[in-house]
Amino acid sequence: MNLTAVAAIYKFEMARTFRTLMQSIISPVISTSLYFVVFGAAIGSRIQEVDGISYGAFIVPGLIMLTLLQQSLTNAAFGIYFPKFTGTIYELLSAPISPIEIVLGYVGAAATKSIALGLIILATAALFVDLHIEHPVWMMLFLVLTAVTFAMFGFIIGIWADGFEKLQIVPLLIVTPLAFLGGSFYSIKMLPEFWQDVSLVNPVVYLISGFRWAFYGTSDVSIALSLGMTLVFLAAPLAAVTYIFKTGWRLKS
Amino acid sequence: MPVFPTAPAILTVSGVSKTYEGGFQALKSVDLEIARGEIFALLGPNGAGKTTLISIICGIVNLSTGQVTVDGHDIGRDYRAARSKIGLVPQELTTDAFESVWDTVSFSRGLFGKTKNPAHIEKVLRDLSLWEKRDNKIMTLSGGMKRRVLIAKALSHEPELLFLDEPTAGVDVALRREMWEVVRKLRDVGVTIILTTHYIEEAEMMADRIGVISRGELILVEDKTELMRKLGHKELILHLQEPLAAIPPGFSDYDLSLSAQGHSLTYSYDTNAERTGIASLMRRLAEEGIRFRDISTKQSTLEEIFVNLVEERA
Repeated sequence: MNLTAVAAIYKFEMARTFRTLMQSIISPVISTSLYFVVFGAAIGSRIQEVDGISYGAFIVPGLIMLTLLQQSLTNAAFGIYFPKFTGTIYELLSAPISPIEIVLGYVGAAATKSIALGLIILATAALFVDLHIEHPVWMMLFLVLTAVTFAMFGFIIGIWADGFEKLQIVPLLIVTPLAFLGGSFYSIKMLPEFWQDVSLVNPVVYLISGFRWAFYGTSDVSIALSLGMTLVFLAAPLAAVTYIFKTGWRLKS
Repeated sequence: MPVFPTAPAILTVSGVSKTYEGGFQALKSVDLEIARGEIFALLGPNGAGKTTLISIICGIVNLSTGQVTVDGHDIGRDYRAARSKIGLVPQELTTDAFESVWDTVSFSRGLFGKTKNPAHIEKVLRDLSLWEKRDNKIMTLSGGMKRRVLIAKALSHEPELLFLDEPTAGVDVALRREMWEVVRKLRDVGVTIILTTHYIEEAEMMADRIGVISRGELILVEDKTELMRKLGHKELILHLQEPLAAIPPGFSDYDLSLSAQGHSLTYSYDTNAERTGIASLMRRLAEEGIRFRDISTKQSTLEEIFVNLVEERA
């Protein structure tokens, strides 16, 4: 295991984050605050409690997940796409490092950044609503598993993309709708039965439900199912990444 | 020029072919052995397969058939050991933009699994006249400076085998000479160097051995001085006082040619022959009353040899 190389990639990626601190940290915090002002204070005060939780507090886990999914995905996608775009990928391909090590470096850094963001949003939320976290360890576990899973998806998108457009298209057209329809702002139990069943095909439902359970002890689907599905989603990109490096798909001719 | 015929090979390429997905065959069963410590120049026109060959050895392109070993390590099975011995300076100026020179060079060392060694990085930067620029962002550097950064990155992990893919393309004369100096210094400390170049002058000045690649085939590998001796010939040019209408009869033994206006007579001869024939030619010319006001000689350059070789195959 070339841990020095993993550390080098990780450090390089984290330095990129710190260089763009304003857009990396400040903008999600501002947009989350706006969500709270609109949904928590303005509209939320007129919405009745969901599962015995005030609406403002109810949306906190969903909002964190929303940012977590988007940030993990775009960070990792951009992290590996950029060397491809500039050509510096030659160095990565010619270095004595294994695919696993490359993934560890890039995905680790992207996940670290989005986890930090998630926690910052959590702290921001605490300023607006009364928060209590019933299962903090599980909360962290869901946070980490989700960040890693989506960073891995992002990594694959970054390898697949051959233009900036493709880099944007998946987060915009797939992940954001899935996150919004996955119960970020509502419990899927509020939906008509038919749409509840449809929602269950949406992987994000399991992530948000499990995450919300860690906060308030209530969930749309059972916690075991949430955790199981999260692990399945982790395995899928893992298999894809292994295949990519084995064949050199989109990386080597 | 030192040649190392008995030194163990640091690089062995056997039967390497590459066919790209579109069906284009970039390499056709290339065999090559590079001795430790030599400077090898790979010459060839654009699209001949130079970069493909280098990319395969370095792990950037997959080979279709064949085998490559670096210091005995197979580049596929034992890629870690093989790659850690290689430094690559790519042809394109592919650098990061926002990182500082120091950071990007240190990053390369880390990528190759070497522990931090600021003293070594400092030495590399100083050797390449980059020390003053160590804190500058790469995007603020000139093209020549970026080229040096790429060399510094390749040297950051102390490679034993260095690939320079057109290191002096688009580099001014002063910098080119400086780079040659760097290459010589590297060779002096035992680094094996493989360079591709368009500047035949470069190969002529630097290389111990020369390989010529054309249309994916390695058509020739030869010791440089041997190559120039074998394929090179010399010309003696006599600038005449009175123009001649034709080469006078009785000179058919000599390989002579007359210039268009008859103002100069060119004699081609083999420098390695026991007798060059110059003295007797001079005597005969004097006897015929042909007088000349000046003489000059010209040796065929590697460039001419190269062009002839590639054209022969085309």
